[in-house]
Amino acid sequence: MSIGSTPMKFRVTIDPERCMNCGRCVENCSYGVFRREGDSIRINSRNCAACHRCIAFCPRDAIEIEEKPNDYRSHPVWTREVREAIFNQARTGRIILSGMGNAKPYPIIFDQLVLDACQVTNPSIDPLREPMELRTYLGKKPASLSLRPLPDGEVELRTKLTPNLQIETPIMIGHMSYGAISLNAQTALAKAVSRVGTFMGTGEGGLHESLYPYQDHMIVQVASGRFGVDINYLERGAAIEIKIGQGAKPGIGGHLPGDKVCTDISCTRMIPEGSDAISPAPHHDIYSIEDLKQLVRSLKEATEWKKPVFVKIAAVHNSAAIAAGIARSGADAVVVDGFRGGSGATPRVFRDHVGIPVEAAVASVDAKLRDQGIRNEVSIIASGGIRESADVAKIICLGADAVYIGTSALVAMGCRVCGTCYKGTCAWGIATQKPELVRRLDVETNAVQVENLIHGWTLELAELMGAAGINSIESLRGNRDRLRGYMLDEGLLQVLDVKTVGA
Amino acid sequence: MCGIIGVIDRRRQLMDGTKIKEALASMNERGSGEGAGYVAYGIYPEYKEYYALHVFFDHIREHKVPLEDLLEKWGTIVHDEQIKTCEQPNLRKVHTPWRYFFRPDPTLMPKSTTPEEDIITHLVMKVNSERNGALIFSSGKNLGVFKAAGWPEDVANFYRIQDYKGYLWLAHNRYPTNTAGWWGGAHPFNLLDWSVVHNGEITSYGTNRRYIESFGYKCTMYTDTEVVAYLVDLLVRKHGLSEKMAVRAFAPPFWEDIDRMPAKEQELNRAIRLTYGSAMMNGPFAICVANENTLVGFTDRIKLRPLVVGESGDRLFISSEEAAIRRIDKDVGNIFMPKAGEPVIGRVYV
Repeated sequence: MSIGSTPMKFRVTIDPERCMNCGRCVENCSYGVFRREGDSIRINSRNCAACHRCIAFCPRDAIEIEEKPNDYRSHPVWTREVREAIFNQARTGRIILSGMGNAKPYPIIFDQLVLDACQVTNPSIDPLREPMELRTYLGKKPASLSLRPLPDGEVELRTKLTPNLQIETPIMIGHMSYGAISLNAQTALAKAVSRVGTFMGTGEGGLHESLYPYQDHMIVQVASGRFGVDINYLERGAAIEIKIGQGAKPGIGGHLPGDKVCTDISCTRMIPEGSDAISPAPHHDIYSIEDLKQLVRSLKEATEWKKPVFVKIAAVHNSAAIAAGIARSGADAVVVDGFRGGSGATPRVFRDHVGIPVEAAVASVDAKLRDQGIRNEVSIIASGGIRESADVAKIICLGADAVYIGTSALVAMGCRVCGTCYKGTCAWGIATQKPELVRRLDVETNAVQVENLIHGWTLELAELMGAAGINSIESLRGNRDRLRGYMLDEGLLQVLDVKTVGA
Repeated sequence: MCGIIGVIDRRRQLMDGTKIKEALASMNERGSGEGAGYVAYGIYPEYKEYYALHVFFDHIREHKVPLEDLLEKWGTIVHDEQIKTCEQPNLRKVHTPWRYFFRPDPTLMPKSTTPEEDIITHLVMKVNSERNGALIFSSGKNLGVFKAAGWPEDVANFYRIQDYKGYLWLAHNRYPTNTAGWWGGAHPFNLLDWSVVHNGEITSYGTNRRYIESFGYKCTMYTDTEVVAYLVDLLVRKHGLSEKMAVRAFAPPFWEDIDRMPAKEQELNRAIRLTYGSAMMNGPFAICVANENTLVGFTDRIKLRPLVVGESGDRLFISSEEAAIRRIDKDVGNIFMPKAGEPVIGRVYV
């Protein structure tokens, strides 16, 4: 007991005046905060993850959760987080596990970029009256076209285009595997993307049979563990994505603990029930760029060159050079996952300290591809920390073709970003495989909510474009003139190739 | 605002600049007296084999020699002279306009399939981006741009525009907004054979500029119009698209219209939008583009700027205002307004 107990993270209280003793908190809490003793409800605040499930279901607003009720002696260097991490590791001698995205208070570049609007010299366009085009095609495009005029006045197209994914809004849902999230959650997302005309990723967890009806809107992932990959899987996907890295954990692999590998997951991932699913850090057949090229070509060959192949990398210092290599590998899109990207489970040291923000990464990737004249070779998909429609507009101005959202879509299903996904006891039925918890997530209701979110963002994006006097998303893409940096330093302005406000 | 007018005589019959000046001045309501300009095709028949470079010098003694040294590195100056000007009370002569007839040496650009054009493009980009007291504002064969900061009639009288005879003219009356009224910023913009006048503002400029710069062009004039000249050069000269297909890329049909087209047409239009998405121009604009054989006029996809077309015998007129066309030919028949995004193309017969 040399360290003793550390101060509790949350203090949960029930206002006895308001409480009607209905017991919904006891039923709903999956972390064991509440228990019934006789007529009264007892509380163990130390178990609380602040997932708000109890608050959401308390009919009388009787529950209060207070964060950090006990202060440490304040210190600017020896913060609470630093001290508690040391306590933790002094006790266990292990790597600290965490969930969700980067939790360090780094400045957010998105919040220091502002968008433009037209006035007088240039009319804004009203999306309610005029067409506003958000349709995007993801994939390789030719650098130029060969057209031949025919005697009858028609024009013959002599350039053969490779397959592209057509999306009606530049917002897609990123890869969250069956295993990391529940099948109900995946199904709700699948229904939502099918209805709004966009796509979602399967993650490295295979494609469950019950999702086959939505396969035309699924991007199947091939990652270093190759879980769930066979020809059936590849052929069902609308596109294939090779996952090299992830923003929440650049440079390392993944680990799904064996106790989450139930019968269904074992079938979908094609691994024995109860065994740990370990994805190695590198792909063991990719030790250089030419190996990636081989894998891209193999996957294309296997699927008869009918499907675009994407490559996902974590945003790191030299992602621009890596992306340029990927553009030459025959891949159709490069996914750049910023350091705010989420994860079900990741070592805290990676989540908080490795990688760079997606804004800077996309800006440098786009610039490098243009410098080398190969921007049409690949589409750029940005992910990791896209929280609202303005973020989508800004990252497109910086050069992205489309975005993947992850956490935002989960929040649309009730997730409170409590960050304890790795515990497997998500009270919202999202990041859990416990049947009694998964059941809580009603597929249809949540599909509608996710659909609403994408629809709402799409409307806002159309309004933002109209205000900027732009009626097609192609004209927003890479249009850095329509951004200004607010209190960004000179170096960052140069990387983003954006002027400061007022300039 | 801004007012534009273009006219082509399909039989290449020459028109002197008197009428075009009057037509342009009739649109003074659309200008602000801070920029006007003209381009005429067919004005240098005796030197038609050579590239006519029109240059603004800031300081004739300081800046002329370095430019000539540079030109001599890439070819031969066949003839050069000061462009004849006539002082105007309302126009401050801040530059000395000069013309060179220049023959590039194709052996100096061995890797290129169009070495002469590439040398000229290289020289224009280099000189104009270095801003060393010289600006090449006209670089085609048998054509010339004449422009300055001032009202159309003053600019015309300054250059004695009535002394030039061309079969194709473009003219522009400027109301500058985004950039100050300076001589280089006046229209027409020209590169090689291509000249552009433009009324409007291109909201996709950032996208277009980044696109065109990845092909080695440099945008140096602080204005969105020059990008149009470079885009036309890229798509038509380098990629071999027809003017009609190039305009299709700049102001393409909406997806909902493409989706309703017959399969083959759909495929063609989708290919154009996919390939040339970054060349697509957005925002309000009416543009006239010319080369030695062709005059093309088009607007943005929802026609936020006016464009009127008139035809009379061998002549095709394109302008912001019908009144301006009628200044040249008051009995012009067949006046019509083209649909948004649809090009109007006038081509010489031979």
